[in-house]
Amino acid sequence: MSESTPVVDMKGISIAFPGVKALDGVDFRLFPGEVHALLGENGAGKSTLIKALTGVYAVDDGTITVLGARQSFGTPAEAQAAGISTVYQEVNLCPNLSVEENILLGREPRRRGGIHWRNVRRKAEEVLDQLQLGHIDPRSVLSSHSIAVQQLIAIARAMQVEARVLILDEPTSSLDADEVQQLFSVIRTLRDRGVAILFVSHFLEQVYEVSDRMTVLRNGRLVGEYLTADLPRMGLISKMIGKELDALAELEEAESRRQPDRAERTPFLQAEGLGRKGSVRDVTITVHAGEILGLAGLLGSGRTETARLLFGADRADQGRLSINGSVRTLRTPRSAIDRDIAFSSENRKEEGLISDLSVRDNLILAMQAGKGWWRRVPRSTQDQLAEQFIETLDIRPANKDALIRDLSGGNQQKVLLARWLITEPKLLILDEPTRGIDIGAKTQIQKLISGLASGGMSIVFISAELEEVLRLSDTIAVLKDRHMVADIPNDGVTMEDVMTVIAGTGA
Amino acid sequence: MSVLTRTPAPLDRRRISRLQGKARYAPSLATVGLFLAMFAVGAAMYPGFLSGQVFLNLLIDNTFLIVLAVGMTFVILTGGIDLSVGSVVALSMMIAAALLQAGWNPFAVILLVLLTGAVFGLAMGAVIQVFEIQPFIVTLAGLFLARGLCYVISVDSITVTDPFFTSMAQARIPLADKLFVSPGVVIALLVVAVAFYVLHQTRFGRTVYAIGGGESSALLMGLAVPRTKILVYGISGLCSAIAGILFSFYSLSGYSLAATGLELDAIAAVVVGGTLLTGGYGYVLGSLAGVLVLGIVQTFISYEGTLSSWWTRIVIGALLLAFILLQKLFTRKVRLT
Repeated sequence: MSESTPVVDMKGISIAFPGVKALDGVDFRLFPGEVHALLGENGAGKSTLIKALTGVYAVDDGTITVLGARQSFGTPAEAQAAGISTVYQEVNLCPNLSVEENILLGREPRRRGGIHWRNVRRKAEEVLDQLQLGHIDPRSVLSSHSIAVQQLIAIARAMQVEARVLILDEPTSSLDADEVQQLFSVIRTLRDRGVAILFVSHFLEQVYEVSDRMTVLRNGRLVGEYLTADLPRMGLISKMIGKELDALAELEEAESRRQPDRAERTPFLQAEGLGRKGSVRDVTITVHAGEILGLAGLLGSGRTETARLLFGADRADQGRLSINGSVRTLRTPRSAIDRDIAFSSENRKEEGLISDLSVRDNLILAMQAGKGWWRRVPRSTQDQLAEQFIETLDIRPANKDALIRDLSGGNQQKVLLARWLITEPKLLILDEPTRGIDIGAKTQIQKLISGLASGGMSIVFISAELEEVLRLSDTIAVLKDRHMVADIPNDGVTMEDVMTVIAGTGA
Repeated sequence: MSVLTRTPAPLDRRRISRLQGKARYAPSLATVGLFLAMFAVGAAMYPGFLSGQVFLNLLIDNTFLIVLAVGMTFVILTGGIDLSVGSVVALSMMIAAALLQAGWNPFAVILLVLLTGAVFGLAMGAVIQVFEIQPFIVTLAGLFLARGLCYVISVDSITVTDPFFTSMAQARIPLADKLFVSPGVVIALLVVAVAFYVLHQTRFGRTVYAIGGGESSALLMGLAVPRTKILVYGISGLCSAIAGILFSFYSLSGYSLAATGLELDAIAAVVVGGTLLTGGYGYVLGSLAGVLVLGIVQTFISYEGTLSSWWTRIVIGALLLAFILLQKLFTRKVRLT
């Protein structure tokens, strides 16, 4: 690979935004026929580098050479014309149009009298077949396909222009394991045909599975370029976060937390056969004070639905729920809050944070709601609480007046956590608190959760990453096809054990 | 493996997809079905309702509305709206009437009116695109501006006596078996045909649909979004001018208060015709069917001599509500899959 000349050669790239140097003298090379992973924590400059390459941002300093020619792209269209195609995290296609149109929109073959629809279909079928996606009907409407298939169609569109360089920006963030494999097989097909692929992902397993080479960025600077085979995962993580395995040591510490003795304590929350028509059923769980209950299961297995039942966001119509020993029906989130239950949604943008308000305003929301709107929390208390939680949770920037939307995903999540912590709940339900945030912040949040449980708080922890569920939880409730199938105490349970339960082959 | 997420195994995706594809036509087909049903009911209730000429009169009486609905379909497909069309119709009529009174050549007058309408629309489109202002507000301003300009031309009604215009008003193009249409019908149907061709056979037309499906996606796909958005309002302006000329053929006058509220009829026809107000879904033939449905409601009221003409409005209101609910059902189905 390294013998050939690079298709993309970026040298000394610097880009500054008001007050920040987003990129500082970064070099980046991309060779034909390789999958090159671009790694770094949030804010390391990955997206800025991609945007420089695709013509979204102008470069302040440095040169970009594509296929031997100096380039300075002014628009994404110019970059596209030079053979650089990008598939973004959110599918950028038109859901109302057919698959074939989405692949060829703007480049439809024409004849006298308009678009040559038969050729549109032929060309779409050609490119789909090349990517081994022949099973997709080119005439079907895009919105009838899953996000994963839409993503593959977006790649098909990118390849239809004979792209030499394909940039995949977090393509797997909304895909499940099977779909990721399907995507990877397409990526490998393209690589073998000599396409240079730039792959950005938060999932290190995937990076190791699919990439040949990696470039690591940190704080807008280049850390280095490595062959994937030469850099073990621990080494990569320490290069990304810039600390020698500190974070990992912290994790070990989290793991050594004493498990509470179940028999001695009274359960805080007990559900027996809890369910709701059309949602989930058979949820039978017990959460003691100081215990972490992990909910495991595939996407769509009913994890979030269970959380919503426990919080009263959906009303249960089957089974029994008792809190602190007395039977309760939770009709609204408000009645759950009154019983000291807090819920942090997986959807932090839509069901959590108010992005135009400051960190302090967001922090204070739940507390203020609990007190009632006519009894305003005094400004001095607000400031004091904000400062306290910014410090204990290490929220950055440490500025209580910063707007939430300017914070990184990990810090937004911490603010959301802090909001509920202020209300001093006895049970905290966390739905995907670590999704889409970088590894440093993830470790911090895991540690925090563990610490809260040690302090006596009950926690229901939901995550798509089984590894994380296993590491944190005392008990694991396994959900499958919208009902609970198992309740496993976490003493020496392995991922394989849980996966066997989920697969339903064992047990 | 730590990402533990998987959806159920895909079913026969090909079959589901096909169903989805047909579902796109559902609202427009419902309109056609409704029209046929109303025609059948009319035929059963009134003698003489079931005749070719009753149907052709629907076209003859609504030529201008058909053309307006066509222009409006382009705009709504992109997710926009054009409130100015009624006023532009009135302005076109006023300009035509005033210039004909001044002795201009009728063909020069028509050309100038069409040009005015197109430029007026393009100007609104440019404001919407360049300053990123809501189409609702910009075209509302256009509505007031055009209406005001009518009064500048003349406060009173101007009669058209031009021989070409009067001949067009009286001309009847005979079809087989004592049936006839007006020249306006031919022009209106020609406009529908051209619009159908442009929307389905040109890159411009596909870009219109793409913008409705997702404007930022369309931009990232490298489509000519700004140009298309401006042109769409130009087309609506041009259609309003054509409708103005057709209205002049029909009424042989220009009057500042003419065509008041016509923009709402056009929007109603487009929506009843199955075009989604949020853009991206809809057909120009559906809009034609929408106009015919509104027309047949009027025919009903006139056949039923005892009913006040306000019943037209009430029925149209009910229909509009029913179709919007139908669309809601339809979009919900699309999102779920």
